Amino acid sequence: MRLRITLILLAFLAFLLSACGEVWNDPYPAQERGKNILYSSFAERPKHLDPVQSYTEDEANFTQQVYEPPLQYQYLKRPYELVALTAVEVPKAQVVEGGKFTIYEVRIKPGIRYQPHPAFVPENQSLSGQAIDRLRSPYDLALGTRELLADDYIYQIKRLAHPRLHSPIFGLMAGYIVGMNEYAQELRAADRREGWLDLRQFPLKGVERVDAHTFRVTLNGSYPQFVYWLAMPFFAPVPWEAEKFFSQPGMERKNFTLDWWPVGTGAYMLTENNPNARMVLERNPNFHGEQYPREGEAGDRKQGLLADAGKPIPFIDKVVFSREKESIPYWNKFLQGYYDMSGINSDVFDQAVRVPIEGDAAVSPEMQEKGIQLSTSVGTSTGYLAFNWDDPVVGGSSERARKLRYAISVAFDVEEQISIFSNGRGIAAQGPIAPGIFGYTEGREGINPVVYDWVDGKPQRKPIEVARRLLAEAGYPDGRDARTGRPLVLYLDTVARGPGDKAVFDWTRAQFDKLSIQLEIRATDWNRFQEKIRKGTTQIFRLGWNADYPDPENFLFLLHGPQAKVRSQGENAANYVNPEYDALFEKMKNMENSPERKRIIDRMVDIARHDAPWIWGVHPKDYSLRHAWLANNKPNNMARNNIKYLKIDVAKREALRRQWNRPVLWPLALTIAILLLSAVPAVISYRRRERMAARPAS
Amino acid sequence: MLAYIVRRVLYAIPILVGVNLITFVLFFVVNTPDDMARMQLGAKRVTSEAIEKWKAERGYDKPLLFNAAAPRGAKLTQTVFYEKSVRLFAFDFGAAEDNRDIANEIRMRMWPSLALAVPVLIVGLAVNITFALFMAFFRATYLDFWGVVLCVALMSISALFYIIGGQYVASKLWHLVPISGYAGGFDAAKFLVLPVLIGVLAGIGSGGRWYRTLFLEEMSRDYVRTARAKGLAESVVLFRHVLKNAMIPILTGVVVVIPLLFMGSLLSESFFGIPGLGSYTIDAIQAQDFAVVRSMVFIGSVLYILGLLLTDLSYTLVDPRIRLQ
Repeated sequence: MRLRITLILLAFLAFLLSACGEVWNDPYPAQERGKNILYSSFAERPKHLDPVQSYTEDEANFTQQVYEPPLQYQYLKRPYELVALTAVEVPKAQVVEGGKFTIYEVRIKPGIRYQPHPAFVPENQSLSGQAIDRLRSPYDLALGTRELLADDYIYQIKRLAHPRLHSPIFGLMAGYIVGMNEYAQELRAADRREGWLDLRQFPLKGVERVDAHTFRVTLNGSYPQFVYWLAMPFFAPVPWEAEKFFSQPGMERKNFTLDWWPVGTGAYMLTENNPNARMVLERNPNFHGEQYPREGEAGDRKQGLLADAGKPIPFIDKVVFSREKESIPYWNKFLQGYYDMSGINSDVFDQAVRVPIEGDAAVSPEMQEKGIQLSTSVGTSTGYLAFNWDDPVVGGSSERARKLRYAISVAFDVEEQISIFSNGRGIAAQGPIAPGIFGYTEGREGINPVVYDWVDGKPQRKPIEVARRLLAEAGYPDGRDARTGRPLVLYLDTVARGPGDKAVFDWTRAQFDKLSIQLEIRATDWNRFQEKIRKGTTQIFRLGWNADYPDPENFLFLLHGPQAKVRSQGENAANYVNPEYDALFEKMKNMENSPERKRIIDRMVDIARHDAPWIWGVHPKDYSLRHAWLANNKPNNMARNNIKYLKIDVAKREALRRQWNRPVLWPLALTIAILLLSAVPAVISYRRRERMAARPAS
Repeated sequence: MLAYIVRRVLYAIPILVGVNLITFVLFFVVNTPDDMARMQLGAKRVTSEAIEKWKAERGYDKPLLFNAAAPRGAKLTQTVFYEKSVRLFAFDFGAAEDNRDIANEIRMRMWPSLALAVPVLIVGLAVNITFALFMAFFRATYLDFWGVVLCVALMSISALFYIIGGQYVASKLWHLVPISGYAGGFDAAKFLVLPVLIGVLAGIGSGGRWYRTLFLEEMSRDYVRTARAKGLAESVVLFRHVLKNAMIPILTGVVVVIPLLFMGSLLSESFFGIPGLGSYTIDAIQAQDFAVVRSMVFIGSVLYILGLLLTDLSYTLVDPRIRLQ
């Protein structure tokens, strides 16, 4: 018996010794070691991967690697610049009938082929129910391909009006693409709600095929921003075969739909789709080829971002996205080298980044030791506090309300907010337009004179005394209504996220306290909050906007009167109205970027600053970390098709992973020893008891 | 016995209708169909037409519980509640709001849930019973005292602490197992070691104390005294007599949870990245996916009723004196 125990212990010891040098905590299969694979993660299950429906950044991480719209953004240049992707060139607007219509003619490069897919094999279009039941993946079937044609783009544009799909941009495009509304009605009437609806049978007036590789889109009036939409997956090609293939009875029950299995011409194809655990992209063997950009912005060469200029892309063979719902495991896996790049959660910001009083943020010594590098960029987005223009106290164009808004805008210390709650990750906004967008003005000319003075070469918030004076001028000296003597009570609506909000709420109240204004915070869930905004029952509320495309129109429309939320369900949540602003908007939106357009934008921004319908809040800064083995990573706020540019030094990653993850075995041995030792008193006690003679009766 | 089973199954029907009604009311008190549509369609560029279209496609355009505009016979049937509930009783769960087939998801996700829950149950049971027997064996000694203290200490710690602490120590400091993740087949083992150990450890406190109480109660009975008087070793008394007779209350606790193992663990699955049904339920609640929430609550109720039925049946197996009528 003792011999057996000794042998078992020796075998266990041999196992532990044999494992030395191996990595035990590697979450990936052993066969993937040493392979040219990028490891990333996703927190939320994607809801849609159909390019006509997908509209979130998380989903774009998948769709934009697979689908190729005609255009894309140059990877390195800033401001963002549109370049051709599958198109031969960026199409020019042709104004016809005196400006009544605008035509965009898009020529596609010939010879581009789709990824291998079963939809391109005719036999797979009529599968039996049993054959479908047996499938574990669509890729179990024979695969085929075909050339990309202009018809595929036309098909996708028609899908925007598909009665069974929900395209978020249908409403917008129906206002521009000629005949789109009538087309949607025609499709609704023709749809039998089951099976495949062959859109090829229904021509759309505003979209024509010129030849096999050219199509033409006709818009009502002028809409220069249309070209930006041509860089989004909404305008990526979808082959009719794919829709037909996935519409076969039994496919949907197996979750085989176009909404889950994208089919494209991009650098990668989605080969494993388990949104609960893992999504895998693999290199598309039919990819038409693309070269790494030869030009970038100043500083890119120094950072090594042009080292691969002109080389064929993609560099990486496979991308594995693992579902990581919790931030702690995600961060630790990044530190262990199992994710190649990471965002920075507030909880770990101090561990990851050091922000000096003067100068740029840098990684902490701990990260530096691991060779981790930091990338920062100012997002093309804005977060703001809006005053409901329809509110009798804070809204409207009266002098009294305007000065009240001014006072609050001065008192509300956005810089402090960024410092406390965002770890300094953001810049205080001076107007609605984010940096990097045409129309944004830097320096002294760009500051909001209502709130800031230009002091020592930088904007400085006006002192609180100015705010108090403005409040008194508004009729609320010391925070009391001069007419009634009652304290001024204002209401802020916001979305409650959890107990962590308390600090934010307390700080927000403190900003209003500076003016002796009582602030009631009405925190609610997202749905109730949205409902209040829709109905206009808010007074002051927090909101934000993430730009769809790098054009000032995409920010300035947030204050366009005819797009007021209450009156027309638009995106102008503050319901702000100013006839001059609205007239200038109508003029500006259809102009190409030019000095004249800039002048109009400047005037619009001045009007908005004067009326102050928002407390111009924050343009957040994005911070991301990457390991030393990952090259060519540059933040891109306009597109997510960046994986094709990334490069990995696999040998370096393997070596560092081994170095960082050597198993520490002594605690294991110690635990076993403690358990064995702790059993000793029990064994002794047991033996003593078993040998004990019967107790004498007392 | 068959009549008993049939009767219990029939009793289950009104219970399930009630559970379904309560789930429905609770869900729609918090969320309206418009909220659900907005959640699914996103926050940007959503029009009221798109919301109406979404609701109509999924049958949420009808009144929730009573349709005053419907013909007399259809006032209750042409409602969201009726249309969504009837199919459940045929175990036709339909599609989630993101159009993925719920039955297919459940089939896929129940295996990871079972892979975690079954070892936790079996190993946990073995450890808890062993530990409880150990304390009972050394009752009224310092070993028993410190054992109880340990149990109380283990019970006092939050499950979240076990998970985060376990991940930090075993995975981050000692690099022994992956922090999170999952793989199919035998590859699952390396991902399950830590959550199973944590699941077992977290259950020792309550399990050990509960079983210790059972054993001590059993050890005070006359037949135990008789066995000792016969001169049987204490180990024989414990394992052959006490353990066997303590099986009924143990079964009560164990059999009832067996069907529920399918439902998975909400916390462990989220933190360890195990794609099971617990994680599915949490996702659905967060995404306001009523179709999934309703289905999971319904399945949970069915499994709980099944567990209670199995418990009753198991009594007859372990105690021949019990007859079900």
